[in-house]
Amino acid sequence: MEKLLEVEDLRISARNDEGVEIPIVKGVSFDVHKGQVVALIGESGSGKTTISLAALAYTKPGLEFVGGQVRLQGEDVLTMAPLRQRALRGHKVAYLAQSAAATFNPAITIGEQVTESAVLHGVLTQEEANERSLGLYHALELPDPHRIGHRYPHQVSGGQLQRLMAAMALCGNPDLMVLDEPTTALDVTTQIEVLKAFKKVIREEHAAAIYVTHDLAVVAQIADYIVVLYNGKIMEQGTADQIINHATHPYTQKLMDAVRPKPAAGQGVALTGEHEQEIANLEVENMTAGYGEIVNGEPAVTVLRNVDVKVQNGHVVGVIGESGCGKSTLARVMAGLLPQSEGKLRLDGEPLPGSLGERERQQLQKVQFVFQMADTALNPKQTIGQIIGRPLEFYHGITGRENHQKVTEILEMVELSADFASRYPMELSGGQKQRINMARSLAASPEVMLCDEVTSALDSIVGANVIKLLTALRDKTGVSFVFISHDLSTVASFADEIVVLYTGRVVEQGPTDEVLTPPFHPYTRLLINSVPELRIGWLEDTMEKREMAVGIARGVEITSVGCPFYNRCPAAMDGTCDVHNPPVRELEDGHQITCHLTIEELHEAEANTQKALHGYEKLGEGEEEPRATT
Amino acid sequence: MTEESKNEEEILEKIDAFDELPDVPPKRKLRLSWVGKLGIAVVAFWLVIALIGPYITPYHEMDMEGDDSFLEAYGNFYLGTDYLGRDTFSRIMFGARNTIGISVAATLLAYCIGITLGIAAAVKGGWIDMAISRVNDAVLALPTIMLGLIVIAALGSSIPILIATAAVIYAASVYRIARALGQDIMVQDFVEAARARGENVWWIIRSEVLPNAAMPLATDFGLRLVFVVLFISSLSFLGLGVQPPASDWGSMVRENLQGLAYGSYAAIWPAFAIATFTISINLIVDDISAKSGGSLAKKMV
Repeated sequence: MEKLLEVEDLRISARNDEGVEIPIVKGVSFDVHKGQVVALIGESGSGKTTISLAALAYTKPGLEFVGGQVRLQGEDVLTMAPLRQRALRGHKVAYLAQSAAATFNPAITIGEQVTESAVLHGVLTQEEANERSLGLYHALELPDPHRIGHRYPHQVSGGQLQRLMAAMALCGNPDLMVLDEPTTALDVTTQIEVLKAFKKVIREEHAAAIYVTHDLAVVAQIADYIVVLYNGKIMEQGTADQIINHATHPYTQKLMDAVRPKPAAGQGVALTGEHEQEIANLEVENMTAGYGEIVNGEPAVTVLRNVDVKVQNGHVVGVIGESGCGKSTLARVMAGLLPQSEGKLRLDGEPLPGSLGERERQQLQKVQFVFQMADTALNPKQTIGQIIGRPLEFYHGITGRENHQKVTEILEMVELSADFASRYPMELSGGQKQRINMARSLAASPEVMLCDEVTSALDSIVGANVIKLLTALRDKTGVSFVFISHDLSTVASFADEIVVLYTGRVVEQGPTDEVLTPPFHPYTRLLINSVPELRIGWLEDTMEKREMAVGIARGVEITSVGCPFYNRCPAAMDGTCDVHNPPVRELEDGHQITCHLTIEELHEAEANTQKALHGYEKLGEGEEEPRATT
Repeated sequence: MTEESKNEEEILEKIDAFDELPDVPPKRKLRLSWVGKLGIAVVAFWLVIALIGPYITPYHEMDMEGDDSFLEAYGNFYLGTDYLGRDTFSRIMFGARNTIGISVAATLLAYCIGITLGIAAAVKGGWIDMAISRVNDAVLALPTIMLGLIVIAALGSSIPILIATAAVIYAASVYRIARALGQDIMVQDFVEAARARGENVWWIIRSEVLPNAAMPLATDFGLRLVFVVLFISSLSFLGLGVQPPASDWGSMVRENLQGLAYGSYAAIWPAFAIATFTISINLIVDDISAKSGGSLAKKMV
């Protein structure tokens, strides 16, 4: 195969205020061949984005090339004249940033932006570019390809925007595409669509690509060649098969361990010690909540509808769903940040007021909220000691030296040393900040901690460490958790109970092991199927099955009539599912599925899915006879 | 070979020990460039003059000791004499106290009013925000010098009235900035975390909002002070500011304007004093702003 890009002993450094050189990329060499997808994999700080940008002869401000060559078709791009480098960017090498939402200009139509670069570089005329983009919309399986170009960025979904960005990059027929974490910010169900489209279009266009990510399972689906990076150095490189199936370097193995297994029963951590209690810590009953003015108990925008959740003492309740399904709203209602419009909250059996102002200090102390983004949840002007010390003083009146000592103890609980107390949030890494974020809630000695997507902004290894820490904290302190995530595998490994939300309604809930064994609600099935596996060829297998089973790409509609999942459900029955609200079907151990299908029918649907996937009957394998009580 | 495996072990240890690099390198000290330092030197010089000036001048500001008006520098008259034969040098030293003193007092007062109302509007929102903002818009809509002229023409000119007038006029723009900053900070997660903890409004303002608004507001203070100096000087120039025979840079320019025709520098020196003071403050502000990340908004983080 012809070599397209050769990176040889690439060195990139930063300079601090004193003028001291800090190496960021320390001698990296790899090749990209024509028609090949090379994945750069590593955690944040590994230099993967910096290396990928070098293919465009670009560095972020403050960085400089100090050595090595980056040859595109034999010519070193680093030593090119600036004007020629500019001609190269967007023409020969195209860059796809992580966040499509931030890349598109909200004031210009999509079509104009997709074709802009190709026309600007003089590669295509506007007409040619329009035609080409139309072809790309088709190839990327975008809905309504003839008209999507006339829309504005806010009028399409996140996954569509991500694919449109690929169209933008491909429009000028680049030799090489640089994709920087293009699916990291997406839901699993959307990620799978985007991955599929990327893979297809790369193959059809015979484009080469550098794919930057920290997610090994995603890489296994799309890459031909994998480069594993740590701290600006290559740990290991080889073909996808070599790395995925026969990794030798311990760091690669560490990355593989952090890839969570396919969610299934029995992955959770069993409770240790005495946790059971008659009365639930926190109880949510028939709750409806939303935003905007409340008229007749209905808010202007209803986000949650008739939700019941019980958090038993010492239990972890995982709340899962796609973005926009209302899972964060649920936590905010529990925390008192958003008063519910209907329904009741109870704390230890006592009624808990919905608004912060009406709650007593003791009630506030017992329910603590952990924010998703540690970056914004910690005041940049306060030291860690002040941040953790405040709840101690506020709830427990601990001041002075005792406060200081307590802060040290709490830092120890989150596995950080005492000297962190004098640092500012800016001086910590993402994972450390998240630990401080949790430590602040811990300092209140709560009964329930509400964790809103606490691992989703973190790298896989760091995220896995945070989960480990949470598990240890649960055992040590007996605190209960409401753990909100869009990542089913994380929830499966940590939660005792799972609540599956879809457009603000509970579609399935119950003990983790029960929820993750058949029968499944069709939506739960879809979520499980969408979690990428660390296996080459998984994407193809799944897509084959999925296309037959579920029309995933269809829009989400929020309704109060009929089943919320109606328009995406493979088993939807016209005249029933779109008209009547589905009944709650009770199974063992409080396992509930909200579906028009009976338990027997759900079993049957599951058997059909398995049959389609494996080509043989798998019904009745290792599951008990359900007791339907509808 | 062994070294390599050792290396690998080290890496794994690092990962296990959670020893990641911080996202942003620690940066606590603010280093100014020479431009900023020059600005600080000049401003410090004028502040010292404002404090001790009247004790070290060769003449009193009202002494008509010169041989004639509009003389060039001679003897103890380092900068010549003004239209009444007074020593220009002494009058600038005396005037520093009036000009700088009144401006600083007025700006501080403007900040007290502006920040209090701005933060109150940002925190409380609703009709309180609406009411204050609309009144504020009305004040902003009037040309500052016009408003100043009317107030002083009605109430008469005295130093307290000058300070109060300038403070109220400039509080309007301070309010704008304080409110915008306050609103930005109030929606941050760390403020919401404090609210969820049950903290009262005062604690949130004191511990969460003000520390984060302090830096941008301090930068703005410098700029605002410059405007106030110019405002007071303009009023004095029009004869409504500091009343003669007391000296003040602005009124000195006006008094001696006719001297320009005779080739006298008596109007130039006080103008030069105003220029050095205001430009130096701007240099400091610009330098701090550039060193801490450019735009005001960025500095909040």
